[in-house]
Order: sequence, then C-alpha cells, then structure tokens
Amino acid sequence: MTIKKLVLIAAATLLTASPALAVDDTLTIGFTVSRTGKLNNDSTAQMRGFELWRDELNDQGGIKVGGKQYKVNFVSYDDESVNARVQQLYTRIINQDKAQFLFSPYSSGLVATAAIVSEQYGRIMLTTGAAEEKTYKLGNKNLFQVYSPADLYLAGAIEAVKELNPKSQVALVYKDDPFSKAVLQSARKQVSEAGLTTVLDEAYSPETTDFGPAINKIISAKADVLLGGGHYPDGATLARQLYDHKARLKWVTLLVAPDSPNFATLGEAAISISVPSQWEPQVSFKPDFGPTAAEFTQRFQAKYGIEPGYHAAGGYAAGLLLQRAIEQAGSPEQAKVAGVLNSMDVTTMFGRTKFSTNPKEHGLQMGHEMVIAQWQRKGGNVVKEVIWPKAAKSSDVVY
Amino acid sequence: MTGVIASIIDGVLVGAVYGLAAMGLTLIWGVMNVINLTHGAMIMLGMFALYFLTSALGLPPYGAVPVTITAGFVFGVLVYWIAVHRVIGRAHLMSLLSTFAMNMVLIGISTALFSTSPYNVPVPLPGVTWREYTFTGTHIMAAMLALLLAGLLYLLLYRTRIGKAIRAVADNRDAAELNGIPTTQVLSFAFGLGVALACVSGTLIATLFPFTVLSGGAYELKSFVVTVLGGLGNPAGALIGGVALGLIEGVTASFMPLNWTPIIEFVLFVVALILFPRGIFAFARA
Repeated sequence: MTIKKLVLIAAATLLTASPALAVDDTLTIGFTVSRTGKLNNDSTAQMRGFELWRDELNDQGGIKVGGKQYKVNFVSYDDESVNARVQQLYTRIINQDKAQFLFSPYSSGLVATAAIVSEQYGRIMLTTGAAEEKTYKLGNKNLFQVYSPADLYLAGAIEAVKELNPKSQVALVYKDDPFSKAVLQSARKQVSEAGLTTVLDEAYSPETTDFGPAINKIISAKADVLLGGGHYPDGATLARQLYDHKARLKWVTLLVAPDSPNFATLGEAAISISVPSQWEPQVSFKPDFGPTAAEFTQRFQAKYGIEPGYHAAGGYAAGLLLQRAIEQAGSPEQAKVAGVLNSMDVTTMFGRTKFSTNPKEHGLQMGHEMVIAQWQRKGGNVVKEVIWPKAAKSSDVVY
Repeated sequence: MTGVIASIIDGVLVGAVYGLAAMGLTLIWGVMNVINLTHGAMIMLGMFALYFLTSALGLPPYGAVPVTITAGFVFGVLVYWIAVHRVIGRAHLMSLLSTFAMNMVLIGISTALFSTSPYNVPVPLPGVTWREYTFTGTHIMAAMLALLLAGLLYLLLYRTRIGKAIRAVADNRDAAELNGIPTTQVLSFAFGLGVALACVSGTLIATLFPFTVLSGGAYELKSFVVTVLGGLGNPAGALIGGVALGLIEGVTASFMPLNWTPIIEFVLFVVALILFPRGIFAFARA
C-alpha cells in the first residue's frame, strides 16, 4: 500500500468520523482535581461525586433541553493542590478545551484562584469544597456555592456544647490557612455569644507534624472542649496524638478530617471525635429531583466500594443542580442558566439549596444546613453517626 | 511550668528521631559531597514499609526495624548505581538534579500506588503519665531506638574495617584508592547506609504519627535544619542537632503562638549558616 493510499484512507476516516464529534450534542464541563498533593484525599472524593453523576446521566441519555439530549463530557486536569496550576489550567479549560460550564477545584484556597479566571471569562462555576465566604463577597456574578458557608461550620458544635455543659472551657486550635481561619473567626464570636469560656486560641502552621507541644498547651489551659483542626493530614495526626497523649477532653470537633471514611483507620483514636458535616448518608431529605441520600449512597458504594462522605455528595449535588438549571433554562446559554440558578430554591439528596442574589454576596449558599457527625463504637465497629441537630440525629451524643 | 517541662521532654524524644533522620543525610554528604534529595522519599518509603510489614505480613511494629534497615540498605546501593555513581566528583548541581529526579520518580510511583491518603499504624505501647501529661510509649521507644542506632553507627564507623574505609574515603578518596581501598564499593556502601538510616527513621516516625506519600518532605526539611545546626558531614553533630531542634520546637511552642515555630526554626537556620557555617555543634566532629 502506498503512502498516498494511506493518506486517503486516513482523510476518509476523519471525514466520516466528524459527525460523531458534533459539539451540539455534548456539553463540556471543566474542572481541576488534586490527583496529587496534599488535597488529594478530599479532592478525589469530590471528583468521584462528579463522575457518578455524569455516568448515570449519560446512561439515561443526557441532559434534556428543548427536545434535544446533551451528553456530558468532562475535561479535567491534575492541579497538584497548587494555586498556580489552578490558574493555568482553568484558563486552558476555558480557552482551549472550550468548556461551557465549570465545577470548582477542592478547597477554599484553590477556588479563590479559580474564581478569578471563571469570572474573567464569565463562565458559570458551581463550587463545592469551598466554604470560605470571602470569595463570594468580591462582586462575582457567576459563582454558585453548593456548601454551607464557613461561618456555620462550628455553630452546631458550639450549640451542642452549650447544652451539655454551659461552663465548658474551650480551646480553639486550628490550621493557619484561609478556610480554617474563616471558620474560626465566626466560631470565636459564637463561643463568646454562647457564654462559653475560651481558654486557648491559636493557629498552627500547615507544616506541623508533631502536635505534642500544642496538646501540652491544651492540657495546661485546662480545656475540656477542643474546636479546630483544618484538613485531612493535620486533623488525623492531631486526633491520633490527642488519644496517645490522653488529653482527657470531653468534646473534640475537628474540621474536615473526621468526615472521611479513612478516619476510621485511626481505630480507638477516632472514637468520640466529631465533625461538622455538609451531609451524611443518614440524612433523610425528600428530594425534589434526583436520588434520595440512601439511593446515592448505595450507588456510590457499588461503584467505588467505599461509603461516600460529604465531599463526594457535594460533587454529585453540584452535577444535579447544574443539570436542573440547564433543563429549566431550556438552553445551555450562560445567561439563561445563571438566571435559573439565581432563582433556584430546591431540595436534593444533599439538602436544600438556595443561592444569595444580593450583589454583595452573590452566589453564597443560603438554604443548606449542616449536621454534626461523631465517630462511635457500635457492635465492635467504628462508625460515624449524626448527633446534631437533635431532629436529624441517628444516635445520642458520646460526651 | 509543668507544661513547659512536658514539652521539653516531648521535644527531646521526638528530636532524637529527627537526629537519626538527619544522620543519613549528613553521612552521605560527608563521604561523597552529595546532597541527597531522595532523602524525604526514603523516609516516606520507611513509613510505608512499616505499614505493609505490619498489616500484610503481620510483623510486630518494632520487628519491622531490622527489615527496613536491610531493605533500605539494598535499595540505597541500587539507587547509588542508578543515580549517584556517575555524578560523584562532578558539579554539585549534577548530583542535586540527579537525586531530585530520583525523588520525583519515587514520589510519583508511590502516589500512583498509594494516593496521598493518610495511613495509620496503631502501636499499642503504654506511656508514662506525669501529673496530667502523658509521654507516649511510642515516643519513648522511638527515641531509645534512635539512640541505639546512632550508637551502632558510631561503632560501625569507628570500630570496624569498613568504617575506617568510609572515613578514609571521606577524608581523601585518592589517597584511600592508593592504599588499596575499593573506593567505589565503599561509596555505594556509605550511600546504602545513609538511605537505610533515612528509611528506619521513617519507620520510627510512622509509629508516632499518621503519614502520607508526601510526609517525607517535612522531615527532609527538618533534616537540613538539623545538619546545619550539627554541621554538614557530621553524624554525631546531627544527633545533637536533632535533639536541639526538638527542644526548640517544644520550648518555642510553650512561650509563643504555635504558628511561630517554623519561623523561629528557619531564622535559626539562617543565623547558624551565617555565624557557624561548620555547624553550631561542630565540636562534636570526631
């Protein structure tokens, strides 16, 4: 076969293949994932949520818009848990990969960077894993926050502690990063308003590997409640060392880390540690559309062999909300979809969703409520139970 | 005040392990003038060795120590022949790039295999309680093993023929060669020894804290601070430097906000580099 013939065959193949690539029947959603780096654990869970939604949707034929069905195609890259990569990659996703819609990376820090790019190009971005409010208070018009904002993270724990012992002495020990500092800024005020005493209030460096000195400070301050932490690696280390050092705290709530199913690998050190959670498999919201929490949990487990945490559920919910908005807009046009998102007030398996339309905090989550989950020993197993609010509890508090 | 004393004791215990980690780095520098940037990755491999030896093979946690030392040594010799041998005696940048590349390969493969999710090895060992403070059994055991291993390294370097050969090559490779010492084999042995120390320190650290594929980086950084305090190429100084770093961490955290600890550490690092370029504890050089 001559080279000329080969070229002709290749050209013919390309020509016949081109109708299948017609972009009209495909919607491209772009995002970055921390496949490597320190945010890998939670970011991977979030990505799995996105992927489960996409796979189920495409199996059912895609998003239905005006008699047409759009399959969803993902474009994603590894951001290495680094801000600079997020900036480069979101620009690439929009300009080169022509993504029509965006999901956020994981963590408040990375989302703050991605939001600058998405806003610059006027692309709708649904944010999950981004609780810090600051990003939504910069006049952005295309951001929509799926999570409850950071100021609500420890409100439930403070309420519960107040009810259990109004004379509690609270230590606030948290990671020196934007998300944790935003949470603790509000928590500081809430502790004081609840009439509790703060006996220690300190941030630790994100590079901290040994919490021994921090724990000795907590013990010296005679605290009986610890609120704080940050993300997975530091939170898991702090929990393990609190147990090893027999810190004798009556209540410990750490951010993010205890929500991961991996936290159970700490064994006894995980027991009685609680976490403010955006979602738990036990929640019983009646969804307006999409699966129930139990159905989502069962499907996620079937696909990934692990129980979903709130990062995975948040990812799935972001997909459901975008799908709903496009379907109701009757078009994938940005302005129309943004209009539907702005007026949206719905309940999914993730709970209620309503975005703020106040220009000073556009896109901030107004409808979603958090729960407090606690690791407990049940029948020889280490399991996570919802303990707060009382209306949603699946087990009593271990105090 | 009791809290400060508790933090000092904690600092000394964990500092001995920092010292052990730094000994591997400083030994390699002292013998072959190579800054081994695979050091953090080797510490991480030591951590995962503990995890797999205890969970898959059912070894007791401290039973993993001799296995890690042996496997670390063999792996170190292998890495020497792959990434180090050809750049010895050439510009420092060559060995820096070569070991950095090896580090990236090891971290990349490990991330693909284990992800960056944390792993935990619970070690049930009773601690010592003093008033309301508890010194964990794992910290005490890790510090004791670190001291024991440092002592064994001293005996190897100063009481054995191979140790004498290592010191001879470190002093003057050409003269050692003229005296019939197979310097290439000695260099690969010393590199293997340095890596074995890094791996075993990783194993001991993994008995104390949960860890991820990226955890070695933090201890590599600490090892640099320790070697600067103790003097590059000086294993005895590294141990003292490690204990000093642990003390600094414990004491500064007691009197200052917790997030000031790394700032104090690195200010000290710069001060030591300027005022004591041969190391604050250079007197400990034998």
